[in-house]
Amino acid sequence: MSAGALPVLAAVGESGRSVLSPSGVEIVFLLVAVVVLGAAILCVTSRHLVHAALYLVVALGGLAVEYLLLTAEFIAWVQVLIYLGSVVVLLLFGLMLTRAPIGPSPDADSRNKPVALVVALAAAATLVTLVVDAFRTTWIDLSTPHGRSDALGESLFRTWVLPFEALSVLLLAALVGAIVISRARRDDSEEGRR
Amino acid sequence: MHLVHPATLAVLLFCVGLYGVLARRNTVLVLMSVELMLAAVSLNLVAFDVWLADELHSGQVFTLFLIALAAAEIGIGLAIVLLVYRRRGTVALDRLRALRDGPGADEAAEAAGPTDAAARPTAIDAARGQETTTP
Repeated sequence: MSAGALPVLAAVGESGRSVLSPSGVEIVFLLVAVVVLGAAILCVTSRHLVHAALYLVVALGGLAVEYLLLTAEFIAWVQVLIYLGSVVVLLLFGLMLTRAPIGPSPDADSRNKPVALVVALAAAATLVTLVVDAFRTTWIDLSTPHGRSDALGESLFRTWVLPFEALSVLLLAALVGAIVISRARRDDSEEGRR
Repeated sequence: MHLVHPATLAVLLFCVGLYGVLARRNTVLVLMSVELMLAAVSLNLVAFDVWLADELHSGQVFTLFLIALAAAEIGIGLAIVLLVYRRRGTVALDRLRALRDGPGADEAAEAAGPTDAAARPTAIDAARGQETTTP
């Protein structure tokens, strides 16, 4: 194929890289991307509330695989531990405590679904056009891993130690706040017991 | 790897989350969609950090911070949702109209109930009436 056929196809890098001859990592990335997107779409369209949470597990787990493919191993495991381990469990508890029905719930979507679809499609079209146009000649060099735990930990506890500590205080404040908000007061529990 | 692949995946994931936030009615499902949007931003940060091979690993450190912030956000968010459920008996977003502005605001505020202690019994009665109509 001639290099000038399409703007995107013309972007053959200096080492002969091209969109049309993807590497193995790229193929795996695209396959996992299809899984992630499919699970995300099912998560926001499913009428079973608990199924939506489980599709969220699939989407976020696939995203952890994408992080691994981008050589960001530490982020991948943190994603598995925090998102899949705690956030989704919290969401499932939230669904249970608000007495979500087990079967399909017809009122899971609001009436402005068409408007939401239009907005999302317009945003997707705009952003995809922008991103593809901006980065069509850019390749990530994955030959040297750039997310090893030792390097990341060193930079986290040297350069970023102050924001890190501030974040730990914020997390503590948020959890204390969550306990205070959700603690049953006497009048609340009366209402809740009815 | 072509940078377009992770960037496009992040964009599409963000727009799926955007659809979920706008179209869902259950508050917990809206929180799930917000998680999807945050995850899309994290993917962008990681991809650009690996592309630029940043010495300080800013993108990946920010992703760690973002994951911790998402955990804090979901904790607070679910606490608020549970409180609203205990008070109002519903988590459907279009039924929570106590702070609504514009036409119908007074009626919505009445249905939601006043907050001062003297008027609490009427609020409970209103909530009871509302609950019996809720399937």
